[in-house]
Amino acid sequence: MSVVTLHINDELVSARSDQKLLEVIREQGIDIPTLCHLEGVSDLGGCRLCLVEVQGSSKLLAACVTPVQEGMSVYTHSERLVRYRRMILELLLSERTHTCAVCVTNGHCELQYEAAELGVDHVRYEYLAPQLHLDASHDRFTLDHNRCILCQRCVRVCDEVEGAHTLDIMGRGANSRVITGLNRPWGDCVSCTSCGKCVQVCPTGALFFKGSSVGEMEKRHAFLSWILNGRERKEWQW
Amino acid sequence: MNRPELQAMGERERERQQSYRCRLLCCASTPCLSSGATAVIETLKQFIKERELDANVLVTATGCMGPCSRGPLVTVQTRGLEDVVYEHVTPELARDIALSHAAPEPKALDRNLLAADSPFFAKQKKVVLSNSGLIDPERLECYVARGGYGALAHALREMTPVEVCEAITRSGLRGRGGAGYPTGLKWDLVRKAPGTRKFVIANGDEGDPGAYMDRTLMESDPHRVLEGMAIAGYAVGAEQGYIYVRGEYPIAAKRLENAIRMAERRGLLGGRVLDSSFSFRIDIRIGAGAFVCGEETALMASVMGRRGQPSPRPPYPAQSGLWGMPTLINNVETFGNIAPIIDNGAEWYAAIGTDKSKGTKIFALAGTVATTGLIEVPMGISLREIIFDIGGGIPNGRAFKAAQTGGPSGGCIPAEHLDTPVDYDSLRRLGSIMGSGGLVVMDDTSCMPDVAKFFMEFCMDESCGKCVPCRVGTVQLHRILEHITNGSATPRDMETLQELCVMMQETSLCGLGQSAPNPLLSTLRYFREEYQAHILERSCPAGKCTMDNVPPLEQGADLQRRARSTTSDAEVS
Repeated sequence: MSVVTLHINDELVSARSDQKLLEVIREQGIDIPTLCHLEGVSDLGGCRLCLVEVQGSSKLLAACVTPVQEGMSVYTHSERLVRYRRMILELLLSERTHTCAVCVTNGHCELQYEAAELGVDHVRYEYLAPQLHLDASHDRFTLDHNRCILCQRCVRVCDEVEGAHTLDIMGRGANSRVITGLNRPWGDCVSCTSCGKCVQVCPTGALFFKGSSVGEMEKRHAFLSWILNGRERKEWQW
Repeated sequence: MNRPELQAMGERERERQQSYRCRLLCCASTPCLSSGATAVIETLKQFIKERELDANVLVTATGCMGPCSRGPLVTVQTRGLEDVVYEHVTPELARDIALSHAAPEPKALDRNLLAADSPFFAKQKKVVLSNSGLIDPERLECYVARGGYGALAHALREMTPVEVCEAITRSGLRGRGGAGYPTGLKWDLVRKAPGTRKFVIANGDEGDPGAYMDRTLMESDPHRVLEGMAIAGYAVGAEQGYIYVRGEYPIAAKRLENAIRMAERRGLLGGRVLDSSFSFRIDIRIGAGAFVCGEETALMASVMGRRGQPSPRPPYPAQSGLWGMPTLINNVETFGNIAPIIDNGAEWYAAIGTDKSKGTKIFALAGTVATTGLIEVPMGISLREIIFDIGGGIPNGRAFKAAQTGGPSGGCIPAEHLDTPVDYDSLRRLGSIMGSGGLVVMDDTSCMPDVAKFFMEFCMDESCGKCVPCRVGTVQLHRILEHITNGSATPRDMETLQELCVMMQETSLCGLGQSAPNPLLSTLRYFREEYQAHILERSCPAGKCTMDNVPPLEQGADLQRRARSTTSDAEVS
């Protein structure tokens, strides 16, 4: 594997040529927000929070899907980028009903965390607050569309890691919804193995264990890497 | 079939056509069919049969002739007479036309004639549409009779793939899908890309409101697209091509399918094309109604049977496209330009148009203009010539206000820029784009914030939902525009609008989101005073918006005012 050198925020760093920018940036200890990125599944490039400026490119590039290149010069926290990240979070918060005070993941929510990190203390856009339903037909899990940010982590983990592909997206634009089966109630889906991976990777309280109350749903973030390390490298750390 | 056989086939068809005293060419494109062309064609065919004129008169259903708002159209080619075009043809008129032209001493009628020297025809230059309206799209022989597949035969026999790419590069042809990427460069990239298999895709998923260039080309001259694709396949080393046809274009899909079958039967496509060692198959893929599938990465996902969502580039399709293989994607109209370039030479093509934009461009002229329809003009022609000479100006004595080019990714061009030459770079400088070629003319009854709202609603409906800026940004922008047009906007909204637009342009994942704010930004740039009138004076200068709401913070005062006015009314009565 060949090695490339590049500049990140004017620091000279080296990276393997098959790495993505995001990985290299994080290796440098630079904190860059992400919501749709998840170690262990394919990248989507949808949340646009990890956008970086690359010199010589007129467009902003999503670090999670951009391969490193020899001699590239990357800026991760310019004034413009921070402003856009804040706006993206504001848009996300305005899209559905994110009321932290009554949310099962209050205090453990990635959306809440990123918003706090970026100093989003108010939303300048109109709250769209669509009245969406909640699917509690499954024995153990609940899917609340009102808290979904459509990051598709659950869809990817269900397809790529569990191999069940129970979850998918239907509709388009603002009408996109995570669906179970062919848009059947979750409890009726025979393809679901009830493995719970989707719940563990969900960044917000859209997917949660039944019976959890406000602030009680804490996701186990090591869950996925634990499974993947075991499967791929036979490293089981019980 | 080999080259001499191809030429013999063309010769036979030409002789057949010349054996008729008169040929009645009836437009059977979607606009004419919807205004009653089917009845005209049926009547003519029956009439010719009844009068036993079969030996002298040939009735042909052809493709589009151009002035679509004047359909159904019939062109008559009579031996010893100039060709004439009749507009608004009814079955009754059709009988008269046939009688008059098929008579031993033929004579043109003096009714419903479209003057051949009218600026609508005179100012156009037909390269891609040169066969459109003159040939039967369902007969391969008609296309071959006009030199069809000659370019493919020439390329296969006399040129190497490198030479084909060079010829396209020298011609200066740029992608007709809207972005204007140099076609030759793209072909060369795919040719050089390593891969065990390569693919060619023709993008016929045209979705801009009011645009129908690709549909017309596919309906009127399907073999030209196939020939262009085959030449591209030869140039880049692909053996498989796909045409992605929009689901709403059933006639185009049917004619293309028929054309592919005909060409394969005659050995012009399929295995060992024209007895050479080159094989090229073409399959049709029908879209399922998503505008975003016109974006190349989403289109490829759709061709592969996946959800039609764009994916981030790089890698570009030229490196990793369909099933990870190098893939050439061009617009249908781009492929329509290939055969003429090979036939007439790159220098001939490069001589048309402007310095940086070569050749001709098809536009779908729509909106408030006297003659709407499909036109093909050399690049660099001014908007004024298109709208006032070819289109015949604005009807009902109204004034021109703006021309919208490029659909939901384009912008509005105001009257002061009417003399700008129409080419890729000039339009971009004006904040619009060439786009695929939709051109909507608006008169002074159009309200610009309302127009912006229309296009934003379109983008909002068509956003795929993958990335946040486009999915939520379009909804928020549409909300604000709704407030502006109903009178409940505040000056703050203007700032939010502007800021969101720039943010969406820079952060969206694909071209749809990046260009969705263009119509809004261009109207903000040229018609800012209209937005201000809506917000500050709560009035719509064009008189289009009802403005019956008030900003939330003024609702209390508004209620009081209304209450006062009703009591005073009561006192008066």
